[in-house]
Amino acid sequence: MKNITNLKEFACTPDRFQGGHRLCPGCAHSMIVREVVNATDDDLVISTATGCLEVCSAIYPYTSWDVSWIHIGFENAAAAISGAEAMYKALSKKDKLYNEDRRIKFVAFGGDGGTYDIGFQSLSGAAERGHDFLYVCLDNENYANTGGQRSSATPLGAHTSTTPRGRVSYGEKQRKKDLTMIMAAHGCPYVATAIPSTKHWKDLATKAAKAISTVGPTFINALSPCTTEWKFKPEETTEIADLAVETCAFPLYEIEDGHKLRITYRPKQKIPIEEYLSRQGRFAHLFKPENKWIIEEWQKNVDEYWDYLQRREEAGV
Amino acid sequence: MAQKYELKSKEVWDGNMAAAHALRQAQVDVVAAYPITPSTPIVQNYAQFLADGYVDGEFVMVESEHSAMSACVGAAAAGGRVATATSSQGYALMVEVLYQASGMRLPIVMTVVNRALASPLNIHGDHSDLYLGRDAGWIHLIANNPQEAYDMTLCAFKIAEDERVRLPVTTNQDGFLVSHTAQVVKPLQDEDAYKFIGEYKPLNPMLDTKNPVTYGAQTEEEWHFEHKANQHKALMDSPAVIKEVFDEFEKISGRKYNLVETYKLDDADIALVLMGSAYETAILAVDKAREEGIKVGLLMPRVFRPFPYNEVAEKLKNVKAVAALDRSAPMGTTGALYNEVAGALAANGQSAIMTNYIYGLGGRDTTVEHILDVIKETNENAKAGKRVTDLQGFINLRGPKLSFN
Repeated sequence: MKNITNLKEFACTPDRFQGGHRLCPGCAHSMIVREVVNATDDDLVISTATGCLEVCSAIYPYTSWDVSWIHIGFENAAAAISGAEAMYKALSKKDKLYNEDRRIKFVAFGGDGGTYDIGFQSLSGAAERGHDFLYVCLDNENYANTGGQRSSATPLGAHTSTTPRGRVSYGEKQRKKDLTMIMAAHGCPYVATAIPSTKHWKDLATKAAKAISTVGPTFINALSPCTTEWKFKPEETTEIADLAVETCAFPLYEIEDGHKLRITYRPKQKIPIEEYLSRQGRFAHLFKPENKWIIEEWQKNVDEYWDYLQRREEAGV
Repeated sequence: MAQKYELKSKEVWDGNMAAAHALRQAQVDVVAAYPITPSTPIVQNYAQFLADGYVDGEFVMVESEHSAMSACVGAAAAGGRVATATSSQGYALMVEVLYQASGMRLPIVMTVVNRALASPLNIHGDHSDLYLGRDAGWIHLIANNPQEAYDMTLCAFKIAEDERVRLPVTTNQDGFLVSHTAQVVKPLQDEDAYKFIGEYKPLNPMLDTKNPVTYGAQTEEEWHFEHKANQHKALMDSPAVIKEVFDEFEKISGRKYNLVETYKLDDADIALVLMGSAYETAILAVDKAREEGIKVGLLMPRVFRPFPYNEVAEKLKNVKAVAALDRSAPMGTTGALYNEVAGALAANGQSAIMTNYIYGLGGRDTTVEHILDVIKETNENAKAGKRVTDLQGFINLRGPKLSFN
């Protein structure tokens, strides 16, 4: 496992994900990806689901990837990496590896569309089969690549292009699917939540290093605030991510061996959810008097979930 | 190290066992698959080989055919020999990834056991799945019996992995009629089969991490066309390699394969064109018809893609009438084989009278007598010098006669 001491040293790691990609200014994807790929000194083979990261990082004849990288489709990043990992095992067994002196780790990236929804089956299958890989979900809570449609990661009340606010609608009707817990229920040896953040950079870097060095299927659900679809200024990305954590809308925790839950950051004083919602245009309509109940519902859900996490941690289950 | 499997000079194998042994002998590095009737025994047999120590590659039983082909693509791009098996609905679920496999020029071998496509659900043999994948950028080889299923699968690896080709290849055998019909198969010994296929030749492997590569990039209007045109060129150029591989295979096995197979076509007045197990039925029908004085011959494209249109036209240049038999519902036009053959003849200024027959859907029996009827109708066209029978007829279809003109 890579020893990560300070931000300066970490930031000076040679880039495996190069600049010049076409992600939006202020996009959190590149911050998360750079942290993950820099969290190990081992060589990497990466698969990426169709989505913002893929369309912005490998537009022929250019590539941002200074590691071996493959994109097949929207729903199969986990299946693709499981195939590559199986080949690594096969060639190791047969003494046919290309570089005997290098150790290779396998990482898959997918957005919430490619992970919570269309790619869920292949992720579940790859996790169940026990391939040695890390899957990182870049969770921006919508299909941002195709113009901001809802996904099963879209939270209650959010305006998206397929759950628009309107005269008779307050936006998304469902609560966000709890994918992190679902992956823990697969018995993955390590799952965690994370955010791109100046304050919590080490939380993500440490989790990524831990996940990559753990043998077996590991999963990180990284909240990826989306300046374009969440409607906040590009320079506010990490602030919004920090607010998600400080309000407990997106708590930072990890689960080992499918059940040992540990909260990795505990806000000193939980901030009311309005502070998080009001900073994003996608929730603006919730502040109309008739939608006040949704904010109350949000707060209730956040409180209950935070309470649930703390009880689990305390009970050691 | 995998153990050697002791084989007799003659084995009694069905098509599935034949294909499974070919995968074993190829020492495939990764097989990723999902079971589906009637190809299931291929992966079952392979699993047993693994369990008994005859296979030392990885065997990944995934959760769907979509993931099977996706894992094959990931594994092939990683840099090693890859194979899978499927049929019908599984094939249909893979289609998206079939295009991605060929677009990335990955030499995956897929042993397909052809089966009807639902709805209505049907587990028996026809060519609907093969036709579904015909534009997917794969080379499609046809096997009419277990021996050919074995031989074509060995050849498939050598063709797919050749530096001049680097394209995925399917081998096709009819569901149940070939896959579950045990016949005598003369296998090669393990070392001879492996020597014929050769060591896997890596090309841009992802696992060579000292030289990182990007697979599956995005190309829009400025590059997509060039990529697809190049891919098409690779297919169009592949027959030279396919012929080489068939010639080499003949040297070690004594069995001769061609881009286009024929039977008694040299002096024929009329010809039937068909693929799959029915070709063997048609051989019996041709012999009978010739006893009755009808000079009929057969033609089968051994390679359905790339379609050997010039060879087909050349072989059919002296016949007066041709019936193309398609084992797939044409759904609104003439059958695909009919269209290919008609196009091949037209491109070469030939004007044999052409008719189309649809047969054997969902495993419906097609007997020697049925084929004899087709031969007689085709002969009527030849004698009349014009088409006097229906453009499209249906063989052994129940209910009132169905035909289109």
